[in-house]
Amino acid sequence: MTLLHIAVLAPFLFALLVPFLFKYLRKIHTGWFVMLVPLVLFIYFVSYLSTTSNGGSVMERFEWVPSLGINFDLYLDGLSLLFALLITGIGTLIILYSIYYLSDKKERLNHFYVYILLFMGAMLGVVLSDNIIVLYVFWEITSISSALLISYWYTKDASVYGAQKSMYVTVFGGLTMLGGFSLLYVMTETFSIREMIAGSDIILNHELFLPAMILVLVGAFTKSAQFPFHIWLPDAMEAPTPVSAYLHSATMVKAGIYLVARMTPVFGGGAEWFWIITSFGIFTMLWGGLSALRQKDLKAILAFSTISQLGMIMSLLGAGSAAFYYMDGDNALYTTAILAAVFHLINHATFKGSLFMVAGIIDHETGTRDIRKLGGLMTIMPITATISIIGLAAMAGLPPFNGFLSKELFFTGITNVVQYDMWNGDTIGILLPVIAWVASIFTFTYSAIIFFRTFRGKFKPEKLPAEKVHEAPAGMLISPIVLALAVLLISIFPNILAYSIIEPAMMSILPGILSEGTNFHVDIYHWHGINLELMMTIVVVIIGTIIYMTMDKWSKLGIYQKDEDIITTIYDHGYDGLIKGSQWVTGIQMTGLLRDYIAYMVGALVLLMFYTMFRFDAFQFSMNNTSQIQPFMYLILAVLIISIILLPSVKSRMTGIILAGFGGFLVAFVFMVFRAPDLALTQLMVETVSVVMFMAVFYHLPNLTKEEIKPLTKAVNIIIATGAGLMVTLVSISAFTFGQIVPLETIAEYYLENSKILAGGYNVVNVILVDFRGLDTMLELLVLAIAAFGVISLIKLRLGESDDV
Amino acid sequence: MEIVMSIVIGIIFGTAIYLMFSNNIIRVLFGTLMLSHSVHLLLLTMAGLQTGAPPVISLEADTYTDPLPQAMILTAIVINFAITAFMFVLAYRIYQDHGTLDLQQLRGAKDE
Repeated sequence: MTLLHIAVLAPFLFALLVPFLFKYLRKIHTGWFVMLVPLVLFIYFVSYLSTTSNGGSVMERFEWVPSLGINFDLYLDGLSLLFALLITGIGTLIILYSIYYLSDKKERLNHFYVYILLFMGAMLGVVLSDNIIVLYVFWEITSISSALLISYWYTKDASVYGAQKSMYVTVFGGLTMLGGFSLLYVMTETFSIREMIAGSDIILNHELFLPAMILVLVGAFTKSAQFPFHIWLPDAMEAPTPVSAYLHSATMVKAGIYLVARMTPVFGGGAEWFWIITSFGIFTMLWGGLSALRQKDLKAILAFSTISQLGMIMSLLGAGSAAFYYMDGDNALYTTAILAAVFHLINHATFKGSLFMVAGIIDHETGTRDIRKLGGLMTIMPITATISIIGLAAMAGLPPFNGFLSKELFFTGITNVVQYDMWNGDTIGILLPVIAWVASIFTFTYSAIIFFRTFRGKFKPEKLPAEKVHEAPAGMLISPIVLALAVLLISIFPNILAYSIIEPAMMSILPGILSEGTNFHVDIYHWHGINLELMMTIVVVIIGTIIYMTMDKWSKLGIYQKDEDIITTIYDHGYDGLIKGSQWVTGIQMTGLLRDYIAYMVGALVLLMFYTMFRFDAFQFSMNNTSQIQPFMYLILAVLIISIILLPSVKSRMTGIILAGFGGFLVAFVFMVFRAPDLALTQLMVETVSVVMFMAVFYHLPNLTKEEIKPLTKAVNIIIATGAGLMVTLVSISAFTFGQIVPLETIAEYYLENSKILAGGYNVVNVILVDFRGLDTMLELLVLAIAAFGVISLIKLRLGESDDV
Repeated sequence: MEIVMSIVIGIIFGTAIYLMFSNNIIRVLFGTLMLSHSVHLLLLTMAGLQTGAPPVISLEADTYTDPLPQAMILTAIVINFAITAFMFVLAYRIYQDHGTLDLQQLRGAKDE
């Protein structure tokens, strides 16, 4: 257990304190205490920068279940550190923001901060774990804490719906991913990512490569809201805005990105990995952008925009995996995509985080997020408007903001694909830059919509729920201002993070392909000369503006009116169908009638038995070693069968008792013939007592009546009963025959030999019962006692009027 | 003998199952009773019948019948007796409280 382990566990441990802080220090907002955790962790992780920027890494081991190869090993390199800094850094800002967003008078802050801390710890665990099983556990905790946070206001139906949806989608993906991890283990016999990367040759040439890859990717795609699993993200916006900004834009949804980046050295270098990730990513980018245009809710626009941007980063990671094919890290043609992905990841966290917080401020101050009701807030909320302009300009990709820089790199990275001379990069690959370019136009347009519909136009106070609209309190503005400043800082000095963060992260995603002793050299600058990328940006701005100007025309289209995603419709129908289907099945199964239950059980048993006999050829028949039949036995058995077979048809309860008793006495006789005097004795006694007992009880019971049973039901009953009888006969014959064939020594010899010596008894059956298995017999008496208590209480006890079972 | 017994056991077992399909609790009771008879005989038959003298050592025979199934069946008979007694009283109580022994009428509950 090292300091790094404690850092990962710290949020969990602190979460234990939160309820007490909330209860006993009500005067101070709980958020102030909680904020210390990410702040301290952020400073702690910053201290690792010097290690990773030199290309170094830290591996801390802690044995958990060593016999299964499951160890709580933490591995920290450039990529992990980038995420750890995002999680703790943005976490600090978010908690600061939430202190002003959530009132300490009305809200259940103890719940909120416990969930947030759970999430933070789990997320650190995901990005720092080297063992994939541990990673999976943390991964699922993020899903659970995310669902808990979405349903924070659980009295709202929409919150519960959103929480359920995100839970189903992401946990489904998590389980799929676990399947992929298991396959990876089958291939490499290790759960360590480090060792998998070392053995990536085995994986690439293994027949399980494709299934494992697809299963792992489903996990990453569900978490990172890639098409068609993106549907949970817009509904997750029911969460309080700090949560949306934190989990659903800056960190949790990037876990999938992290996983893909982490697994690139394991799976990368093949056409499947390249094409699946790139095409899903680029399509998600287009779909998200197009859907964002149709939304009327500020947070919904931002949600779809996040989906779109995640798709963009995903596609870049796919395109960059080609570097493993060429094994050439020095050529920027292959590595620019990875650079763009890492750079945009940082940029997206900064500008999208600030934009979500702005949306929260607008919601908080005006009472609505509907862009049809908002307008003219520029003069009323000048600081908020300024932050928005910075964030939106970065998102739209306008120079000189950081979004422009990463979008230029994105265009470079994705147009480079055309120059790849393998995997159809030069033929179908041409589609990629085209789609990317179209999607960028949508990005520009929805950025414009957010700005002009919210801050420009006519102020409509009569439509707003809030009475007096004014600028947000200073505390609430701190966090978005910090993030906006970060945007500006990266915009002005784009290389500020190049050496310390971006290069180490690239080293982690693309290990082992650089020439010996060299580093990635990242140099991001604004002016590249008039080239293709710049022309693409200019056209994006022009067409985007035209679309925005003619928005009135587009908004009349039917597709614009319906803002529900087609995939959501499919999900809803599937969900309803599942519920109805299970109700239907339950309705058939749980009829509340004994007859049906017995029919299902015995029917299934008979079918299984016959199947097994047929499948494994388990029926054996042999007349060897069978014993002699004394002639009188035919008579005895015939009478036994007749007395029992008549039972179902008797009408009189008296006849029933006589027949049942008669059957019982005949069985006792059969025992006697078969050399079992003890059984015969017991059976005789039990049967006698039973008949007396029947008489006593039957006096109080009605006569038997003829039953009205439908012919079909009756036929089924007869078939199942006959099948059951046949099954028992076959089992009996086979068991007897196997007993003769298989040369196994019977354990009865032991009892026969030792009965006298060890227990001093001659009757072996009795000795077994009272001596060898004496404890069993004692427990049998216990059963008798319980039954006796049951009998007495059934006769004696009566419930009062008001009592209820 | 074992083959004949197997057929007899099958017939008793099938009848018992058929009785348990009935809607009358008394018939179901008869069914469980017959079911246990058939299983007892089944246990005995599977081990092989009449392979020697009764398992009482003082008889000083060359071979004895297998004592183990007998010990198991003896336990089963006693337990079965306890269950039969309990079920009969249960039937009695059901009839007292509900006035019927028809399972069709007894099915279902208010809060189902």
